[in-house]
Amino acid sequence: MALEAAVAAADMTSKDRRVSAIAFAILVALIVIAPFFAYPFFVMQAMCFALFACAFNLLIGYANLLSLGHAMFFGLASYVCAHAAKVWGLEPVSAIAVGVAASAALGFVTGALAIRSAGIYFAMVTVAFSQMVFFVCVEAPFTHGEDGIQAVPQGKALGFIDLSNPWILYCFVAVVFLFGFLVVQRAVNSPFGEILKAIRENEPRAVSLGYRALQYKLAAFVLSAVIAGLAGATKALVVQNASLTDVSFSTSGEVVLMTLVGGMGTFYGPVVGALIVIAMQNYLAQFGEWVTVIQGVVFVACVLAFRRGIVGELAARAKVSL
Amino acid sequence: MGPAVNIFGHAISMPQLYGQLLIGLINGSFYALLSLGLAVIFGMLTIVNFAHGAFYMMGAFAAYFLLQYTGLNYWFALILAPLIVGAIGAVVERLFLKRLAGFDPLYSLLLTFGLALIIQGLFQNFYGASGMPYAIPKQLTGAYNLGFMFLPVYRGWVIVASAVVCFATWLIIEKTKLGAYLRAATENPTMVRAFGINVPRMVTLTYGFGVALAAFAGVLAAPINQVRPGMGADIIAVVFAVVVIGGMGSILGSIVTGFVLGVVEGLTKVFYPEASNTVVFVIMAIVLLIRPTGLFGRAA
Amino acid sequence: MAEAAIAQRPAASATSVLSVKGLQAWYNESHILHGIDLDVREGEVVTLLGRNGAGKTTTLKAIMGIVRKRVGSVVFDGKELIGLSIDRIARHGVAFCPEERAIFASLSVKENLFLPPPISKAGAMSVEHIFALFPNLRERLSSGGGKLSGGEQQMLAIARILRTGARFLMLDEPTEGLAPVIIQQIGRTIAELKREGFTILLVEQNFRFASTLADRFFVMEHGRIIDTFANSELEGRMDRLHEALGV
Repeated sequence: MALEAAVAAADMTSKDRRVSAIAFAILVALIVIAPFFAYPFFVMQAMCFALFACAFNLLIGYANLLSLGHAMFFGLASYVCAHAAKVWGLEPVSAIAVGVAASAALGFVTGALAIRSAGIYFAMVTVAFSQMVFFVCVEAPFTHGEDGIQAVPQGKALGFIDLSNPWILYCFVAVVFLFGFLVVQRAVNSPFGEILKAIRENEPRAVSLGYRALQYKLAAFVLSAVIAGLAGATKALVVQNASLTDVSFSTSGEVVLMTLVGGMGTFYGPVVGALIVIAMQNYLAQFGEWVTVIQGVVFVACVLAFRRGIVGELAARAKVSL
Repeated sequence: MGPAVNIFGHAISMPQLYGQLLIGLINGSFYALLSLGLAVIFGMLTIVNFAHGAFYMMGAFAAYFLLQYTGLNYWFALILAPLIVGAIGAVVERLFLKRLAGFDPLYSLLLTFGLALIIQGLFQNFYGASGMPYAIPKQLTGAYNLGFMFLPVYRGWVIVASAVVCFATWLIIEKTKLGAYLRAATENPTMVRAFGINVPRMVTLTYGFGVALAAFAGVLAAPINQVRPGMGADIIAVVFAVVVIGGMGSILGSIVTGFVLGVVEGLTKVFYPEASNTVVFVIMAIVLLIRPTGLFGRAA
Repeated sequence: MAEAAIAQRPAASATSVLSVKGLQAWYNESHILHGIDLDVREGEVVTLLGRNGAGKTTTLKAIMGIVRKRVGSVVFDGKELIGLSIDRIARHGVAFCPEERAIFASLSVKENLFLPPPISKAGAMSVEHIFALFPNLRERLSSGGGKLSGGEQQMLAIARILRTGARFLMLDEPTEGLAPVIIQQIGRTIAELKREGFTILLVEQNFRFASTLADRFFVMEHGRIIDTFANSELEGRMDRLHEALGV
């Protein structure tokens, strides 16, 4: 039942298509005008984390897989890209590519093992692997431990696009973000995405229909790792450093919070959530450790009373898909 | 310098070996207590309690507060801290987790995760990242000379106390009527309710008990590991790995896996120190390859 | 044959132990029961007949409170059960033996048997009395719950609910999947319980079995009661019954 319905839904109605196009247009418009109203640096950071949240949401929102160690993909790509740009002297696009490749490899290995485990263990396995990556990053010489990799050069993308120019960097980051966003959206709306959702609805039935659930889930996991890596690598170029925080448990927690607040299972939810959480962090930085507590309280409040998140709530009331 | 052993090219002295084995057993004690608590909670609530590390930390802090503000010493703390923290756990279950009982278990998981953030953030706020000291109780200071090694009394106590509590818990669950109620409610809660038993209350108390076990481990840890807000987060990832390796199908399995992996970790520290942080995770990866439901787990 | 069995029990009083009016129930979105009216008087054995999917089990579960979405009135012993939790309903004196028997595999037979706490003023049936009714159980006390045969499980399931002291028993297809010899044994046991004054609501597809025990019948189809008659009228209804039950 769910499978047929899912496949039918893949042919989006024209209303959905219109809403989708309008929403995307708004997103692009906001990105274009944002640097005139807020610090470009802040907006770029927000875009990186928004992409990270989109990657996380791909897993939780459409495959029902809760990854509590997603920072390992974000942070590893961040470190590898920073190292590639600074020590190997690669130009930005190549450096990002190397970072993404590292995340993809890590995603494949950890995903293959995590997905084998019975459902309840999945989140625990992601925590365990994430901690392992953290320990490795603490010990590995190339990460410089507590100091992290500093002064990452921004260089010239593809040899001629000068990223040290803040406006050009902004455009570059915006393009990367929108590209990643569209990849996620396309994946979810494709037949692959519909099968993924069918597996989420009723796995035994999907399997009986011949779909290899494990392979689909692994593919989703690796894609999520790749996009998270893309976000992390780009972040390394934007803030020009990579540090242990990027692979830490708190970063894993933050991306969950962003997605929850914004709306799990929606496209724009993670983006909105990332914006809010980053703004909250900047605004509340003066309160020091209270930020974590406030985040935790917001988290719990959302789980108890606001499960659909901001965008989810909006979408439900307007009866559209966002 | 005692007699030396040559293994894999490392020259190890026997006292060093025994010393690390001891530390391994101690860590194993904590792993066993914590994974036991997780297994008990999972059996009844079918959720993984991501706040478990935070409650462990609260247990240690409770011991510290009791000493600091009421002068009640370690021996009182051993009983009071689990009771207090367990009560807090029961309240959490009643107020929050129960509300989410009908929904996707995902939300309960997220809730415990968020709780961990709050609890840890709160303590980090007031006590920073550094630790508060907690002295070994007078009666347990000193060491026994066993001939082949010195055994610090407190460390011996930790191992014995953990083993006793773990065994007692196993006994209660497997051999008593109360345990029968627990096992039956784990298997078929609706039917147990149909016999007139207030299962929701049992669930609340079970969560409280699991949390109390974590807090007990925290009190045991306080004199050894210092009382730090980060102590729960530091240990929880390894405990999760232990649980995945053991599987949550068997109470005894969780206990055994905990102790054994602690020893394995200790031995790794002797022969291959660089890997000691990650050896448990590597074992987890291997177990996932050959037996995904865990060594003692029941296939779903 | 049926007359003789029924004649042995004390005359059923006119007081309604259970009175169900307009009971509707839903499983998630599916509307299963569309307004059930039935009553069971003290000392009676009432049987709910109907084919698979008619809603018989749902009716029992709705009375027990296991099906949460329900509307209507279920009055037991003068008390309204709609809105109460499962354990409250059980403590009022309603006992339920499900179709799947629900023997706890992780408990021994002994632990299974002694699990239910006595909930009624009359107190639990004594161990001796239980062993008199179910002699096989005595030897199997230390076996694991999962190791019993179908017949032994059914015996244990009935013995278990007798321990609560409830005087109103709801039995869901006690003979399903059992060999004829065992079915006879269960029939004798239920007849004995009836003699001792228990009130029983029985769900059965095997109406030949039910006809030896039941005082009255209710026939269900698609979540509704379509017929009700006393045992004495059974002969005349056989054709209609065959149609309704699809046998």
